[in-house]
Formats: sequence, structure tokens, C-alpha cells
Amino acid sequence: MITIPYLTAVSTYFSYGLLFAFGQLRDYSRLIFDWCSTNNLHGYAPICLAHEDFYIRRLYHRIQDCFNRPISSAPDSWVDVIERYSNDNNKTLKRTTKSTRCLNLGSYNYLGFGSFDEYCTPRVIESLKKFSASTCSSRVDAGQDRTISLLCFCILTSVSFLPSGTTSVHAELEECVAKYVGKPAAIVTGMGFATNSAIIPVLIGKGGLIISDSLNHTSIVNGARGSGATIRVFQHNTPAHLERVLKEQIAEGQPRTHRPWKKIIVVVEGIYSMEGEICQLPEIVSVCKKYKAYVYLDEAHSIGAIGKTGRGVCELLGVDTADVDIMMGTFTKSFGSCGGYIAGSKELIQYLKYHCPAHLYATSISTPSAQQIISAIKVILGEDGSNRGAQKLARIRENSNFFRAELQKMGFEVLGDNDSPVMPIMLYNPAKIPAFSRECLRENVAVVVVGFPATPLLLARARICISASHSREDLIKALKVISKAGDLTGIKYFPAAPKKQEEEKDRIKLD
Amino acid sequence: KITRENSKAKSFASPLLWANDIFCSKSTGISWNSLAALCWIHRAKMDTNLVEMFRAGLNWVTMALDAPSARVVLFGVRIQWHIFVEVLLGFVIVILLSQKSYKPPKRPLTEQEIDELCDEWVPEPLIPPITEDMRHEPPVLESAAGPHTTVNGKDVVNFASANYLGLIGHEKLLESCTSALEKYGVGSCGPRGFYGTIDVHLDCETRISKFLSTPDTILYSYGLSTMFSTIPCFCKKGDIIVADEGVHWGIQNGLQLSRSTIVYFKHNDMDSLRSTLEKIMTKNKRSKNLRRYIVAEAVYQNSGQIAPLDEIVKLKEKYKFRVILDESNSFGVLGRSGRGLAEHHGVPIEKIDVVTAAMGHALATEGGFCTGNARIIDYQRLSSSGYVFSASLPPYLASAAITAIDVIDQNPELLVKMKQHIALLWKGLKDIKGMSLASDPESPIVFLKLENSSGSTKEDLLLLEKMADRALKEDSLLVVSSKKSFLDKCRLPVGIKLLVSAGHSESDLVKVSESLKRLASELLL
Repeated sequence: MITIPYLTAVSTYFSYGLLFAFGQLRDYSRLIFDWCSTNNLHGYAPICLAHEDFYIRRLYHRIQDCFNRPISSAPDSWVDVIERYSNDNNKTLKRTTKSTRCLNLGSYNYLGFGSFDEYCTPRVIESLKKFSASTCSSRVDAGQDRTISLLCFCILTSVSFLPSGTTSVHAELEECVAKYVGKPAAIVTGMGFATNSAIIPVLIGKGGLIISDSLNHTSIVNGARGSGATIRVFQHNTPAHLERVLKEQIAEGQPRTHRPWKKIIVVVEGIYSMEGEICQLPEIVSVCKKYKAYVYLDEAHSIGAIGKTGRGVCELLGVDTADVDIMMGTFTKSFGSCGGYIAGSKELIQYLKYHCPAHLYATSISTPSAQQIISAIKVILGEDGSNRGAQKLARIRENSNFFRAELQKMGFEVLGDNDSPVMPIMLYNPAKIPAFSRECLRENVAVVVVGFPATPLLLARARICISASHSREDLIKALKVISKAGDLTGIKYFPAAPKKQEEEKDRIKLD
Repeated sequence: KITRENSKAKSFASPLLWANDIFCSKSTGISWNSLAALCWIHRAKMDTNLVEMFRAGLNWVTMALDAPSARVVLFGVRIQWHIFVEVLLGFVIVILLSQKSYKPPKRPLTEQEIDELCDEWVPEPLIPPITEDMRHEPPVLESAAGPHTTVNGKDVVNFASANYLGLIGHEKLLESCTSALEKYGVGSCGPRGFYGTIDVHLDCETRISKFLSTPDTILYSYGLSTMFSTIPCFCKKGDIIVADEGVHWGIQNGLQLSRSTIVYFKHNDMDSLRSTLEKIMTKNKRSKNLRRYIVAEAVYQNSGQIAPLDEIVKLKEKYKFRVILDESNSFGVLGRSGRGLAEHHGVPIEKIDVVTAAMGHALATEGGFCTGNARIIDYQRLSSSGYVFSASLPPYLASAAITAIDVIDQNPELLVKMKQHIALLWKGLKDIKGMSLASDPESPIVFLKLENSSGSTKEDLLLLEKMADRALKEDSLLVVSSKKSFLDKCRLPVGIKLLVSAGHSESDLVKVSESLKRLASELLL
């Protein structure tokens, strides 16, 4: 729940109204020009309807330079941002050969595995030489490399990686995932997004009910829609509302027929990437247990990043993983690789391996990427013979909490919970989106600004992602720059001193 | 007087008696008749005085009512007292009709009842019970999935990887991957919008556009996600999609997510396509204002058939449809220089509105792309779920794709070799017993279907799996049977899929055809 001050809400609406009015005006004038020019697509309905890409043409293009900024280096703590220029009012941007070195506050490089790593990279290259980049085949056909099978085998056994000579690899894989994420078995796919969107339909179909957090990721929404199950939404991170929805739905049964639901799956995320909030898992799990619903936990951002040994939100909040039926996560963030996993009971994984389309039809995860994950997890658990992993985990917690506290002291409206490395700073006004981003970039700090469609129209924000690879000097520099940009754009919505009580009164509530 | 009353009573009773006659059986009817008649007579005798009084009263009421209106004449009609009664009755009817009908009061479930319902509810288990066939473990490779690979320490010939041009393990690809890994690390750690765009991504997009001579290209991080993200971008609720019934799951999922009206035509059957389009355009006048698409695969993953693009383009232009074509298995494979189906059929690529492809096949890397005109690509960069909301392709895979395209451009002999291998395999498998070749003679997917299907897909699959297992055990050949998820709506016959590569040797091809012929005659005849 984000509260937005009245004045800000009015000015934001006004700004969008103005942009919309000018956009419409330009569209009408465009209409006259188009009418004059010959149209060779007579008889076809337009592929993008005017109102569909209105936002892109008239709003997004104006501030296009703040997004999709190309970089020419690894997504480490400092990146080379390539300079771009435009000859047609930002409609198209051209790359130059010049680049500026900027502090990276945008990548999900939580543990600093995104760049060259002294332990991981040599092993990745070794596996590339042995297995090549791709298997060109799905997992069930010939995409089953030992590397993948051994993925979690290596996690705990701490034997050196020997791709041959090991027997009954699958049993070992399952055993080892059990020990890492705390589940008996796991299945790995080549893309995090596809993991969600291809696995939810396997688990639930018509006659089932998916109760989803209102701010869940698009991949979950896609998966839920693709499944054909009924979808109900509960208020973001509010277990009490979840309970109400559950009660109501169980009592009412399926719409129209009033038959009882076949099963109910509650889908939540570990850390909400646009809010930086940590899921209230213990409460949600106990509600689900009470009403016999299954829990599906998406740990895309939390796995590796939080918890004492990086085991995610369950470890942080002390939830027994046995109570979470399906655990999903991705390797793109903390592990600096690609792909996603599902962990669950042995039977569940066996069933998924037999039916999941991402397992049957899609190319398996690239072998070097799989090797990167194995090595990264080994480092995290200290099985590389050093304590780098523990240091990284301590550093990210320290960095995040320091940065969050400092931002709050300055008077920014920062969302999210302590320990979470994601911290959105509210901007609200559309004009402040490019202003903040450009100001920061001018001072060599690369930040992410997010507007519609990733957030609701009114709630535009800047998002900071803290990494373990940031040093204290980096963060202090970043804070200076952000504070300056914040003063300039007027986004310090709170007074600098931590007096917040009076502010709350004159605010309207917004979901 | 009594008799008169009697007869009157009888005449009153007679309709009742008739009714009794009709509804009751004959014997009971008679007894009923006599009983009723007796009743009436008895009452008449007893109440003669009462009747007299009643009559007198009635007469008096009639007179009293008629008296004031005796001289009332409305439009030449004398108004009698019964008119008042009728009007009164009319009022009553109107009042009754205007009143709300009776509804039982709403009683929502009490808290206690809800709790009881919640306690009673028993959900199904998360997954159905595991059956024996689910326990089947696929073979595990111990080296790169090239034309020859290692399974259980044994060297086997691999017909299961879509490594059409033999680029797996290619020196140049490995070199470019290694240098990219050293420079960029493995992952991109973010979606394209948020510093996940690395210069190799842009280079790769430019390289693909240049190769296919299309205006612009967009890279996706996974082959499967390309189709299910692209289709919902352009097809919305109400739009019409005409799709081949044999398209793979990625496309099916995209169609489903688009919520458009989907009409399937018979697999690779142009007459069926024509009649479907004709029907849509003539039956529904509104469809002229809707967006209309034909969705097809260049080489069908499920059957190895090649889509007759020239025909499709003719039909598309006639009925004004747009074409979305998936070139996953034809990019780098079909055509004189590997530029896909358009080159194969000599159709200019501009005629196809949206081209998508996965790069996990001939390019021996991962990810996917969509190519077309600038507006189509630009629109996807902000609206395509798999692009906006997913981490970008690991940079080393993008750089591998660039190198792979360079290799294809520089080594046209790879294509020639692959085509020879397809022809050789066809020659070898021509006289196979119990199975028949269902794929196109030029397709790199050689598809063998069962001649006599048992009628149940599951049983067919078990048989084919047994065949593949034996090929691996006895002849060291990695061949695969089709796999079916219950989500896959494709109903094409299942079979054995052989993916031909330029990297195979002639002896490999001879070996596989001999082995399959032997296994087919042993298992199927």
C-alpha cells in the first residue's frame, strides 16, 4: 500500500493529462498527413491500433533515452554506459562508440557474480570447452548434460566437479537440491520467465483456483492465464485479506456451478521486485495451512540474496521449507547466470519432468550457465575453500541496510523492508522520471527509473539495486549524487528529520 | 319444489361427475358419482329455508344496487350493478400485478457455516499419482551434444540434437564465447530495459537483420518464449487467428494467451486453409475490420513438414491476412544460403509480416528472435512480456549467434552437406517396414510415423520409446520418440524424430537406417 500526497496526486494527474492532450493533438495532425500520403495497406486492420501504441509514441518516446541504455561491459559495480544520440526527437536512438564509466545501481547483481569471478569463470570456460554452448535439444531428448544433473550434487558434497564416473546422478541431484533449497527434488529450465509460465498450467487447470498477490510478476500472471484456472487476487502482502478471500472462495465454490474447487494454489513472491518488500511468508503459510491451499513461492529476487546462507526468504523468516509446496526461483539475479528452477517433492518433480512443456520442448539450459550456477552456489556455501561467500552475504546486507537508512534520513520516500537489496524511491510525476535519471547519469551514476507499464500510472519510481560488489565509497558517492538529484527534482517527500507522523494525515490511500 | 331443487343440484354437480368419470377408474367413478349425488340431495332438503332466505337477500341486493344506476346510460349502454363489481375486480387485479412477487428473504451464510464449509473442503492432491512411465529417465550425456557424444561412457551417434549444421563445438563459436565470457561474465543480471542491454545484443540484432535483409530485429532470451510473447503482442481479444493444427506448444500457448478467436486448419493442407479463410471472410462481415493472422511453422517440429509459403502468401494477399511464421527449424537450414523458408520458396521476406525463430537449433546457441518492420519490432520492446519482464540473453550466447551466422555465410558447403545427408537418410529409410516417412524430403527433421497405430497415443509412445531405448543400447544410436505433455493440443501422429546434421558421417547415416529398419521389423511386425 503506497500513500500518495494529495498535491502530488493532483499534479501527477495534471501532468499526464497535459501529455495526453498534446499527444492527441499530435495524433490528429498526423492523421491529416497520413491521409495525404498513400496507404498501401488498404484492407488490413492496422497492426498496432492507435490507442494501443499511443503511450509508446507520445509519452515513452520522449524519455526513451532513460531506458534500454546499452552497456559495453559486464554488469558489475561499475559499468560502461554507451552514449547515444538522436536526430529525430528521441524517436530513434543511435549508438556512438563513446562510453562513460558509471556506478551501477540498476543490475540485479546482488552477490557480484555478474562479472568475471576468480572461481566461477575459469570453470565456466572449462565446461564450455567440454560441452559447447548449447545442446540444441530439449532436456528429455539429449539435453541432459551431466553438468545439469550434477548441479546440486556439487552444492553440498564439495567433491570437485567430475562429469563422468558418477552413477545414479538423478538420485544424487534430488538428494542435493533437498539439501540446498530444503526440498527433496528440483527441475531446471533455461529461462526464469518460462519456468513460471510453463509450470503453473501443468499444476492446475480448469476447476482450480489461483489466488495471486496483486503485485505478482507478469510471468506468474501469464502462467495463471495460460492454465485456464480461475484467478482471484488478494491485497498485496496482506495475509488477513488472503484469509478472507480464501474463506469466501471455499464457501462459494466455483462460479455458477458452485462445485467445490479442485485445488487452490496461493502464489506469492519472496521479494517483490518493484516494491522491495519481503513477503510475509510465515503468516501466509499458516493461513494456507489452515485452509488447505498449496503455497507457490517465487524466489526470483530473494534466493541467494537474503538469509544467513543465502537460502532466501524461508531462511530469513524461519519458515520450514516443507510447508512451502512449490518453490520457484531464478538464477539470473544472485547467481549471475540464466534460467530458473522449481523445487518440490520427489513426485511433483517427476510429474513435472513428464509433463512440463519447458522441459519437453524447449532447449535445455546452456551448459556454461549451469556451471556458473554450480560454482556460484559453491562459493556461497564456502565450498571453494574460502569465505568469500559469507563475506558477500554479509556485505550485501550491510550495504542494503546502510543505503536504505541513509536514503530515509535524507527524506526520500523509500519502499521496502530492511535486508532487502531492492529499494524503490518514489517519483510520482512523469516529468521527474527522466529528470532524475538524466541528472544521475550526468554525475556518472546509472539508476533505473520505472514507469507505466511496469508500475501503475501514478506510481512511477526510481529503483536502486544494491550489490555485494559495491564498496562503501561507491555507496557514499551514490548517496551524494542521488541527494543532489533529489533536491533538484523535489522528490524528498518527507522532511529530512525522521518526523513522519504528521505527514500521514493528509494523504489519500492508493492500492 | 324439492325436486326442482334436486334437479338443479344435479345439474350443478354434473360437471363434477363428468370430471370424476374422466379421472377415476370406472368402478371408483361410479361410487364417487352416487356419493356426490346423495350429498347434494341431502343438503338441499335440509337447507331449503336457508336457500329461500338467501335468494330473497340476493334479490334485495340486486334491487338496491340497480336502483341508483337504473337510469345511468353510458354511450347508450345501461350500466348495471355488476359493472361496478367488475371494475372493482379489475382494480384488485391491477394492484396484485403491480406488487412484487414473493421472494424468500436472503440469508447469507453465517460465519459458522462458512467455517464448516472450509473444514469440510478436501482439495485434490497437487499432482495425480505417479505412474510407471513417468519414472523413465532420459539418457545422460557426458560430453558435448555434437554428432557424436558419450552416454554411459560409450560413444554414440546423436540424432537428437537440432545441430543441423554441426556448429556445436565449432572452433570459432567457442572462441567468441570464451572471449565474451571473459569480458561480460555469464549472465546479464537484468532485463533489457534496465542495463541488461549489452552491446553484443545490439550487434546480434543488427547481424540477424542484415542476414535476413529485414529492417529490424528483437532478441529474446529463450526460444520458447519468443512465440508466446510475440503473438499476444499483436493479437488481442476479438482478432482472428487461423493457425495450423500441428503448431508446437510455444505457439499454442501464445495463441491461448492472446485470447483471440482461433480457427485451426488441417495440418499443412492449403485447401483447408483456403476454405477456412473463405468461410471467415464471407460469413462474418465484421471480420473485415478485425486484425487477421495466419500462423504457421516453416518446418513443423511435430511432423517435419515444410509449409508451402508461396501458396500461403497467395492466400494471404487474396484474403488480406497477415502472416506470422515460426522459422525455428528452418533458419540457417532452408534456402540456398540458409536464409530460411522465404528463400526456399523464392518469396520476398517483406511478404511475411512477422518472422520468429529460436536460436537453439541451427545456430547452436540459445535464445530467440523476432524480425520484421521497424514498427512491429519497436512495439514489442515495450509490450512483449517475455522481453520486458525477463532477464536478457547471456551475452556469450548472443556473441555465439553472431559468429554462427558468420560461419553460415562463409561456409555454404555446410548446407550442401546437410542436404546430401538428408537425401542419404531418406534413401536408407525408404523401404523401412512398419513405419513410413511423414516428413518433407528436404526437411532436416526426418520423421518416421507408425504405419499401424494402436489407436492410443500412450501405447504408441511406449512402443516408440522402447525402440529408441533399444537403438541406444544395441546400436549406440541416440534417437528420440515424440514427447507429449498433456498441455500439448497437437493431435498429429507420434513417431521417431531424426535430426540430421552436417556433422554426421555417411556411415552414421547408414548405421541409423539399418538399425531402425531392423528394430522396426522386430518390434512392429
